[in-house]
This record gives sequence, C-alpha cells and structure tokens, in this order.
Amino acid sequence: MSQISRQSPGEGATETNRPVFSVGELSNALKRTIEAAFGRVQVRGEISGLTRAASGHVYFVLKDADAVLDAVCWRGVAASLALKPEDGMEVVLSGRISTYAQRSKYQIVVEGIELAGEGALLKLIEERKKLLAAEGLFDEARKKPIPYLPDVIGVVTSPTGAVIRDILHRLNARFPRHVLLWPVLVQGEGAPAAIAAAIEGFNRIEAGGGVPRPDVLIVARGGGSLEDLMAFNEEIVVRAAAASDIPLISAVGHETDVTLIDFAADVRAPTPSAAAEMAVPVRIELLARIMDEGTRLLGAINRALADWTARIEGLARIMGDPARLIEEAAQRLDDKAERLRYAAANGLARSRAELDAVAAALRPQALYVSIDHGGDIARGFAERLDGATRRIVADAGTRLDNAANLLESISYRRVLERGYVVARDRAEVPVTSAGAARPGMALSLEFHDAKVAATVAGKAPPKPGAARRAGAKPAGGGEQGSLL
Amino acid sequence: MAKRSSADAIPQDIARLSFEDALAALEKIVRELEEGKVKLNDAIAAYERGAMLKRHCEAKLSEAKAKVDKIELGPQGTVRAAGADID
Repeated sequence: MSQISRQSPGEGATETNRPVFSVGELSNALKRTIEAAFGRVQVRGEISGLTRAASGHVYFVLKDADAVLDAVCWRGVAASLALKPEDGMEVVLSGRISTYAQRSKYQIVVEGIELAGEGALLKLIEERKKLLAAEGLFDEARKKPIPYLPDVIGVVTSPTGAVIRDILHRLNARFPRHVLLWPVLVQGEGAPAAIAAAIEGFNRIEAGGGVPRPDVLIVARGGGSLEDLMAFNEEIVVRAAAASDIPLISAVGHETDVTLIDFAADVRAPTPSAAAEMAVPVRIELLARIMDEGTRLLGAINRALADWTARIEGLARIMGDPARLIEEAAQRLDDKAERLRYAAANGLARSRAELDAVAAALRPQALYVSIDHGGDIARGFAERLDGATRRIVADAGTRLDNAANLLESISYRRVLERGYVVARDRAEVPVTSAGAARPGMALSLEFHDAKVAATVAGKAPPKPGAARRAGAKPAGGGEQGSLL
Repeated sequence: MAKRSSADAIPQDIARLSFEDALAALEKIVRELEEGKVKLNDAIAAYERGAMLKRHCEAKLSEAKAKVDKIELGPQGTVRAAGADID
C-alpha cells in the first residue's frame, strides 16, 4: 500500500481535515488502485474503431450493448498476436486495466486476443479460406506428389509431447528413416510465425549441404480445441505451406479437425501417425515384393529358356541328329569313293581292252581284205553266174535235144514204122487190151502210112497183148504209148 | 551397395533410378518375360537388367536406419542439425 492510498479519501479523514490532492497525485492514486484491482482480466466484446498508429501501436474500442472500453495494443504485442484484430470481431481480450491520466480515461492494455465463441471463429476461418482459395493457393494443380520412399523427412512440430513420438514410432515400424525435427510452438502467440519459419527454413536447405534437404515435410500437431489449432489457420502458415517446394503433409488435430493448412498441403493426413504412414511404405512388404519379383523374374527366364530349348529340340528331332547325318553321309562318301576308285580302274581297263580290240580291228588291211574278199566273192559269183548260165543254156539245149530225140524215138508213128498198129474203136478211142476187143467190134487200124477198117473175129475177146503180139514186138513201145 | 565388385556394379542409369521407378521397371520386365513375347537375346538382356533393378531396389531397402536430428538455428539464421533424443 502506498502512502497515498493509505491516505485515500474516506479513511479516517474528517470533513475538515480532508487533504487536498493535486490532479496528478489523484490520477496516480487511481492508476495504482485500478491496476492492483484489475491487473489481469479477460473481457469480451466487439472490436470497433480500430486504428493502427504509425508507431505500430493499435488502438480500438471494445464495446457491447451497455458500455465501451478503450483498448490499446502496444507494437511488440500487436506483432506477435496470433489473431489480428479487426473491426466487428467478437473477441475476448486479455490484459490489464490501466488509466490514461492525461485524458481521464481508463483502458485495457491488450496482451492477447482470441475470437469469442466457435461460431465467430469458424466464420473467420471460412472467410479466410475463401480469400486464399480465390488466390489459387488451394488449387489441385499445385499439389505435388509425395515421394514413394523419401530418404529424409522433415517434421515441423513440438519437440515434446505425443505427436513427434507417434510419428517416429510409426516411421520406425514401417521404414526407419532420417528425421529432421524442426521444433516449434504449436499454439499460442508466436506459434504461427514459428511454424511458417520452419517450413520456409526446410525449403531453404540446399541439397548436398551439411544438413540434408528433406524429401517430404510433415507439419503436425495433436488434437485440441479450435482455438488451440488456430495457428494452423493463420494466413502466414497457410502461405508458407502453399509455397513449399518440398511436398508437404499436414496432420493437425484429430480426424475431424480441419484447418486451413490442410487445404494448402499436398496431402492432408487425419492424424500424425497417418502422416507417417503416408510418408513411407512398409519396408518388409517391399522386401517381400522385391523377392517375389526376383522369383518371378527367375521363373520367367527359366520358363522362356526351357521353352526355347524344347522348340530347338523339336526342330532338331525334325532335322535329325546332324552328327549322324554327317556320319551317314561320310559313310556313303567313303563307299562311293571306294567304288569310284575301283570303278575308275576297272572301267579304264575295260575301256582300254575294248579300245584295243576296236583299235586292233581298225586297220586298213582289214578293209583291204574285206574289199579283196568282196571282190573275189563278186568275181566268183560272176564266174559262177556265167558258168551256170552257160551250163543251164547248154543243159537246156541238151535236154531239148534229148527230149526231141526221145520224143522222136517214142513217137507212135515211128513205132508204126516198125510194124505196130494202133487199133481204135468207132469213137477213135484206142483199144489197148484184148478184153476191150470184143468179137464183131469194128476197129480202125492205123498203120504208119494209112488207116484200115477191120472187124474183130473169134469168140473170146483177144488179149490186148495178143493184139500187139500179133502186130508188133511187145517192147517198151506199149509203155511208151501209155506214157504219151 | 559398395560391397559389390566393380565387375557387376549397378549401371549408372539404374543407380540413378528412384526406388519406385526401379520397382516399376522391374515389374514391367517380369511381366514381359512372363508373357513370353521377348526374343531370346532381348530376354537375356532383360533378365540381366531385371536382376540389376532388383539389386538396386534391395540396396534402397537396406538403407533403413532410424536417425533423428533436431534443427538448431545459428546466430545468422544458419541451420544445423544436432542429434535429438526423443523418447
């Protein structure tokens, strides 16, 4: 208690004995009293008449239906506020009540601002979302694919608490990786700036430097009230997430909590653990898959080789064993060669002999002999032809002479000259036997100089020979006669 | 990875592949070989490449070591990583 406050009015002072303060003394007394009594208050109302002075301080009025309260937010505090005060905002201010003695005013010196009530907060978020969406920050075209198997994972979250532990546990269970943790406050004043700085800081890391550049980022926070999660609705955080060149997974709050960073992120995970699952595949499964692919690869090439082998063997069967073909061909060749050798010798000898024989015969003398021989034969034939002709002619003459002589000798007229008679009947048919000369029969008897008629006498027919005996010698004349 | 002799070292074009690209290439080769549409010479080459891809994938999977570093900011905003002991 200050001296002045002890001497404050109404504390044992009499009407007459009342001390007289200067204005300044009284104002100071009031200030101390008020600040002592209202050193830490929260007050709810609507912001109105907001001005930002060149100095950076922010002035406004918090009002409700009944009253008005001046409010001032010093520059340092204004810069770090999670929520930027705007006219019409229904807020809960935290701070202390003080006085401004120069104008006889009291006011609240703001140390924190929060939106009053979820409805108001959601309205604010919705409006901000529209604004940022209109800028294209949430466009699908901006989304980058999350790498399948990142080497380095950057995590922006609180270094303490369950979130980072959940992420690390899940990562190690799936695929242990190198994790870079960028520790940040995840709520309260200063959290948005820290989160945005962490995202930008990871993006500034050059590849190949002392600190490895992450392949993927996870921005995470555990569950909490809407107010707790407000840092992830702040424009500065949303813009940093949208601007990140490194693919970014947001994982803020529980599954039902949606913050604006989720729209700017490349992928939104419902929980921090889910973010870890999105960041890495399951190593064991991949190993199994690689082994399976290896097995299939080996099986496929073996099947292919077996198939080709079978086809080749099939073709070989059709073709036959080439070695055997060659052997058989070689054998046939040997056989033929042998025969060729003998055939050549034999054939040559035989041909030689034939040639010799022919050649031997092929002498001009042979021709001469033949010609001479032919000539002799021709001459022989000519002589024989000549002789034969002569002989034939001579023989013919002789025979003609003989025939003529014989004809002459056997002519019956010559016979008649030697005393023979030719008896003929009336029909002039010669009667050559006695039997035919029946008695009384008229005959014509021809003598060599004329014919005489006669009659057969007697009873018995005379023998033809008797007739001849009667007339001539039975020499060969009768025979000659029968010949004629 | 560097345990292998240089004779059967993984070719540069495969070593540069990301895990998922190498896996996709391996699966493509396996599929083609299984379909039996590859010529003999191509099949042998494809098999050899598939074997390299498999080794590359296995190498990627073998690089599985958990390490947690915490980012610390230096005086000029420089970034350095220090081992962090979390949990």
